[in-house]
Order: sequence, then C-alpha cells, then structure tokens
Amino acid sequence: MTDDQTPFLDIRNAQKSYGDLEVLKDISLQVQRGQIVAIIGPSGSGKSTLLRAINDLDPLTGGEVWLEDMQINKKLPHRQYEKHINQVRQNIGMVFQHFNLFPHLSVRGNVTLAPKMLKGLSDAECDKLAEEQLDKVGMLDRIDYYPSQLSGGQKQRVAIARALAMKPKVMLFDEATSALDPELVEEVNLVMKKLAEEHMTMVIVTHEMGFAEAVCDRVLFMDQGVVVEEGPPSKMFRNPDNERTQNFLKKHLANANR
Amino acid sequence: MDIDLMMRVYPFFLKAAWVTVQLSIYTAILGLACGALGASMRLSRLAVLRFLGAAYVSVFRGTPALIQLFILYFGGPQIGIQLNAFEAGVIGLGVNIGAYMTETIRGSIIAIDKGQREAARTLGLSGWQAMRKVILPQAARLMIRPLGVNINALIKGTALVAAISVVELTYTAQRYIGSTYKPFEMFLLSGVLYMIIIYGTGQAIKWLDRRARIV
Ligand SMILES: Nc1ncnc2c1ncn2[C@@H]1O[C@H](COP(=O)(O)OP(=O)(O)O)[C@@H](O)[C@H]1O
Ligand SMILES: [Mg+2]
Repeated sequence: MTDDQTPFLDIRNAQKSYGDLEVLKDISLQVQRGQIVAIIGPSGSGKSTLLRAINDLDPLTGGEVWLEDMQINKKLPHRQYEKHINQVRQNIGMVFQHFNLFPHLSVRGNVTLAPKMLKGLSDAECDKLAEEQLDKVGMLDRIDYYPSQLSGGQKQRVAIARALAMKPKVMLFDEATSALDPELVEEVNLVMKKLAEEHMTMVIVTHEMGFAEAVCDRVLFMDQGVVVEEGPPSKMFRNPDNERTQNFLKKHLANANR
Repeated sequence: MDIDLMMRVYPFFLKAAWVTVQLSIYTAILGLACGALGASMRLSRLAVLRFLGAAYVSVFRGTPALIQLFILYFGGPQIGIQLNAFEAGVIGLGVNIGAYMTETIRGSIIAIDKGQREAARTLGLSGWQAMRKVILPQAARLMIRPLGVNINALIKGTALVAAISVVELTYTAQRYIGSTYKPFEMFLLSGVLYMIIIYGTGQAIKWLDRRARIV
C-alpha cells in the first residue's frame, strides 16, 4: 500500500431510494490506491447497489462518488453526461456474478471489443493485448473458443481479462464466484489474489469469508442500507464489536458448514 | 378437372407469380425498414418517439390491411397522393407489415439479457455502440424466425392487392375465371404457385437461421 492518504475512490454520503424503499442510507467509503476492500452482508442489504453506484450503473439519489480528482456521478445534460460517463467507465473494471460475456464473440473478441472501439488499437495491438490479459488469467489456450464452450470458472476468468484489457484503475467484483460450482471457485480466487499482489485497487462484494480475510485490507459489513461496522479482516472476522456482525457471521458459518 | 386448360394458361400464371414475388420482395424491404424505424422509436429514450412508435403499431395492427390499402389507393388522390396500383400495393402492405415487424424486432431486442448491455456500458461503450456491437448481433439472430413468420403472412397478404387490380396471382385467377368459368382450376393453379413461393421462402429463412446460430 502507498502512504498517499488522499482517497483514490471516495464515496460521500451515498443515498439511494427506490420510491419509499431506502436501499442506501448515507454511506461513505474511502478507498486508497492499491487498497482492497471487501463488502459483506446479508442478501438485499444494498451491496450491489453501492458497487454499481461507483460507475453510475445505478445512479445515486444523493451523495457523490469521486475517483481521484474527478466526480463520477456529475449532473450534466444528457449528451455531456454520456460522454463523461463513458470516459469514466473506461477506468473502472467490473465483474458480474453471471459473467455477462458476449456470447456472439470469441474469447479474443470479448477481450478486445472495447479496446478496439474506444482506444483505436490496431488488430495486431489488440491481439497482443488479448494474449497478455488472457495469459494473466490462465486462459490463453482458449483464446479462440466461444463462451458457450467454457466452464463457469473459465468464463469468469475471461470476464476479468476483458475488464483488465481496458487497464482500469479500479476493479469492482460483485459476487464473482457466487454462481460457480464449488470446485471452480478457487481458480477465480487465484486470479483475484494475483491482482491483489499487483496492487490493483479493488472493491469486492463477496460471501467468501476465507477469501476476504486472506486478501482484503478492510472489510465492511452492511445491513439494511448502512455500514454497520468496518475494520481490518482480522478484527471483523475474529471478534467484531457489533452484535449484528456477530450474528451474521455466526449464521453464515453455520450455513457454510452445513 | 380441366388439365388442358391449366396447361394452356399456366404461363400467364407464372408471369403473375413473378409479380407476386416482386411485390413480396419490395414489401418485405419496406416492411423491414418501417419495422427497424418503429422498433427504434418504441425503444427510444424520448417519450414522444415512444408514443409515435406505439401509435403506429396500434393503428396499423388495429385496422384491416384492406382498408389501409383502399384509403391509400382510392383516397390518396383526394389528398394529392397519386400512386399506380403496384406502388400503392407495396407501400400499403409494407407499412402494414412494418407494424408487425416493429413488434418482432423490439421483442428480440428486449429479449437480450440486460446484463449484456450493462457489461458493454461498464467497459465504456456508448449506448449506441453497445446496441450495435453487443445487443443487435444477438437480437438479429433471435429475430430471423419470427420475421420469417411476418414475411410468410406478408406473402399471403399480397393477395389483397388484387382488390386494387394489381395483376398478381389472385387477380389473374379471378380474371381467368371470368372468361373460363373454371374457378377450381384457376384458384388451384394460383394456390400451388403461392405454396411454392412460400415454401421456398420458408426454406431460405431456415437456412439463414441455421447459419446464424451462435456456436
Ligand atoms: N431496480 C430496483 N427496483 C426496486 N428495488 C430494488 C432495485 N434494485 C434493488 N432493489 C432493492 O434494493 C435492495 C438492495 O439490493 P442489492 O443492492 O441488490 O442488495 P445485495 O446486493 O446486498 O443483495 C433490495 O431490497 C432490493 O430489492
Ligand atoms: Mg447483490
């Protein structure tokens, strides 16, 4: 980690409502460059909403999101906003629970689509980029396969390579391993660990407490739209202060061991 | 059954069948154009366009195609639209089938998982780039068969333009019945030719659909 103390990613007083339903109630979160933050909490607590607010996929109803010195969720006239947000999103990689690979494109096509369109890379540069990124996630030998020919774990690794190909400053993971068969989780976790070693800034929504404890610098426990407690993983997983955190972890462990 | 008569007149029916084919092709092209335009209006960000698209669909699906054709061909001149029968047939049928195609195209587009669009937008693609490179290539594959159903209906619908005297298969049958008094043979002849056209088109669509399958 760097000793740079101005936040790299800064969520200030995030609020989000769907009608009367308050999904995020005044959440603030600062992430330093190279830091890895895990968000845990029961289903429906607002984890995805918070993560998706970071690249304005689900715009907030209140509060601000900043990446370095740029406000992400700026209020602008439609055209200007679109230009701004497309630019911003190139800096933020996102990995989804259900991979969302493009089924009509090969693995290579998936990885190079955005760099080709947005950065104007030549075919040769695209190939080199695809090879680099796929090598990193151990999928180089599948470069000419189509998504339907891959296992879940392989799909997710390609999805990570696709996000990395844009050279993002931050990576967001929304339950990246939740849809995977248990025996495929580890290969994806290994890729994420590798990114951690390279000091990629990451925000990870996860149900894998062991993984979170191993790679994250900080853990947030969310419940009903608020951050109930946060701290280093050793404390959060071993002796959390808050009763709700304790109950959640107890229940979660019971389920995991069943 | 008067086979001799059928052998004697069938060249004229072949000629008429060619008119039906041409009518179908032009109508399909116009219909697809109207369908693409209609669907983009139905899916627009702007409420005005969405409303216009919806109005187009409900007006043209909610009234008989024959009445639409009559309004255009017989009513047109009254408001300064002068078209020959063939042109009126193509435009009338094309705009009509376009309303159905609007719904087909729109349906195929909204059937694509919204995660696809999100993934594309997350990478930084604009809404239009995501549509063009991610959504449409997938939706296009989905819409081949239902568009085939629309085209099948369109080909059969070309029979309507007999009512405005376009010399196609149905009109030709009627005309020969007038001189021969043999409706069974004449309608049979045109029916067989319709079937050939429709079968051929159906096979072409199946072939396209198979070719477009995602691995
Ligand atoms: N588009 C939406 N419309 C209405 N409610 C929504 C919508 N998206 C999410 N919610 C609600 O917001 C709450 C938080 O959802 P989410 O952020 O997905 O939770 P988590 O990821 O922690 O499981 C849930 O109660 C969910 O039902
Ligand atoms: Mg979620």
